[in-house]
Amino acid sequence: MTNSLFEEKLQSDEFLVTTEIGPPKGTDNSEMVEHIDLLKDKVDAINITDHQSSVMRFPSIGGCLLVKEHGGEPILQITCRDRNRLAIQAELLLAYSRGIGNVLCLTGDSIDVGDHKEAKPVFDLDSVQLLRMIRTMESGTDIGGNELKGAPKFCLGASVHPEADFIEPQLIKFDKKIAAGAQFFQTQSIFDLDSFRRFIQYAAQFDVKILAGIIVLASARMAQFMNNNVPGIMVPQAIIDELSSVEKGKVLQKGIEIAVRLIKTIKEENLCHGIHIMAVGRERIVPDILEAAELVRVSPK
Amino acid sequence: MIVSERKPLAEIRRMIAPYQRLLTLGCGTCATVCGAGGEREVSFLNSALRVAQAKSGNETHTLSEYTVKRQCDLEFLDPLVEKVGDIDAILALSCGIGMQVIAERFPDMPVLPGVNTSFMGAVDEYGVWDERCAACGDCRLEETGGICPITRCTKGILNGPCAGTKDGKCEVSKDMDCGWILIYKRLEGLGQLEKMRRYYPPRNFRTIPRPKRIISQANIDTGEDND
Repeated sequence: MTNSLFEEKLQSDEFLVTTEIGPPKGTDNSEMVEHIDLLKDKVDAINITDHQSSVMRFPSIGGCLLVKEHGGEPILQITCRDRNRLAIQAELLLAYSRGIGNVLCLTGDSIDVGDHKEAKPVFDLDSVQLLRMIRTMESGTDIGGNELKGAPKFCLGASVHPEADFIEPQLIKFDKKIAAGAQFFQTQSIFDLDSFRRFIQYAAQFDVKILAGIIVLASARMAQFMNNNVPGIMVPQAIIDELSSVEKGKVLQKGIEIAVRLIKTIKEENLCHGIHIMAVGRERIVPDILEAAELVRVSPK
Repeated sequence: MIVSERKPLAEIRRMIAPYQRLLTLGCGTCATVCGAGGEREVSFLNSALRVAQAKSGNETHTLSEYTVKRQCDLEFLDPLVEKVGDIDAILALSCGIGMQVIAERFPDMPVLPGVNTSFMGAVDEYGVWDERCAACGDCRLEETGGICPITRCTKGILNGPCAGTKDGKCEVSKDMDCGWILIYKRLEGLGQLEKMRRYYPPRNFRTIPRPKRIISQANIDTGEDND
């Protein structure tokens, strides 16, 4: 049995909302805990990132345990960048034993984009192999074929890039992730709903849930920086122009407005099963976005 | 070919400091082709070291030079026997393999690396070399259209591109092609995209345990190849 409350919700017709929190660089968890308390009843699950952008931080599993302790539903992000298959399996055993029910399986950004550029990139597995490995563990053996005394069970997610400039190879990988066991996808940030609609049409043939990735842009400069430095993000010029068009001091508000506009359209057109909000360090504004997008839960779970 | 790159002069000068009489030793094979340690580079390096020594005014190294056909092959090292009696160290401009064979052949002689061994690669254009093989011991080029994902993808992943690829380039550098986009295009051209749709399991890092050794089975079994 999984420990996942999120899995049950995936099977409902509810419009789902997830968000993510980046752990601190250091031992002071107070801000992360504030964010957890602020968001845990407003969303269906909270991802805790795994050294996001290859920047060393407090671990994802530590953040997930805090989410659990505070009564929230965590999604453990695991990348293949920093641990080999032994270390990842061990972490999954720990996660399951401590009640963590959801795992987002990622290959991980390159070491080169982060703050430890001289570190050894591991990539013993890729995201597809990671998904398969977890399904193997669920069947009662580790990936080496040795019997497990107690097998884990997870609700598994993965990532997809619907706006990739060359989509066909990404779709092949998407198919492979589904075949490997992915139940839900949190997409890379989307901006262009036309390409997102095309992707959704394609994805409709599979029995998986899609949560559209919504990133909140705080400035035109941030958008440009992300375009140049953050893998998998492509902010269109029209959005950058829109952010530049407003006076200083109101840009974040504009960023929120853009995010809300996307969310509302997705919900109104019933394009997919939910959204995944990435506030990138501005977790405090997530409740404002939910309110503006009319996604406030009537009663906390 | 094994591609190497000469170390910075300052590093070489620090390394040779404890030794009076040095033999700068070139290699006539890969190091020559990639312009890091052939006869010409040996001569240039010794000239540069002499100039630096003259400028510093307080060094008195004696520098000699020689280039063998191949440093990684014992049979080409015999001419060195008469030379090592007159020197205190060998400054080797060969790949790490060559240097280690020299060290094994001359147990009492310090061997100093004058180059960094970079990778196994091919020439792109004159003076530009690109990595092409990681010697993983488990060649799968048949499945990837003759383009190696282990070396051409910065993450060395086996089941298709990550989401970081943009304009056909890698997330690490706009100057670096995404290996998986190259593989996709090549397989598409060959009409073999089904190979990319297959699942590839995690790599076997034990194909040949480190340090790797190959014993030619064909020769041992029958004395003939291809039997």
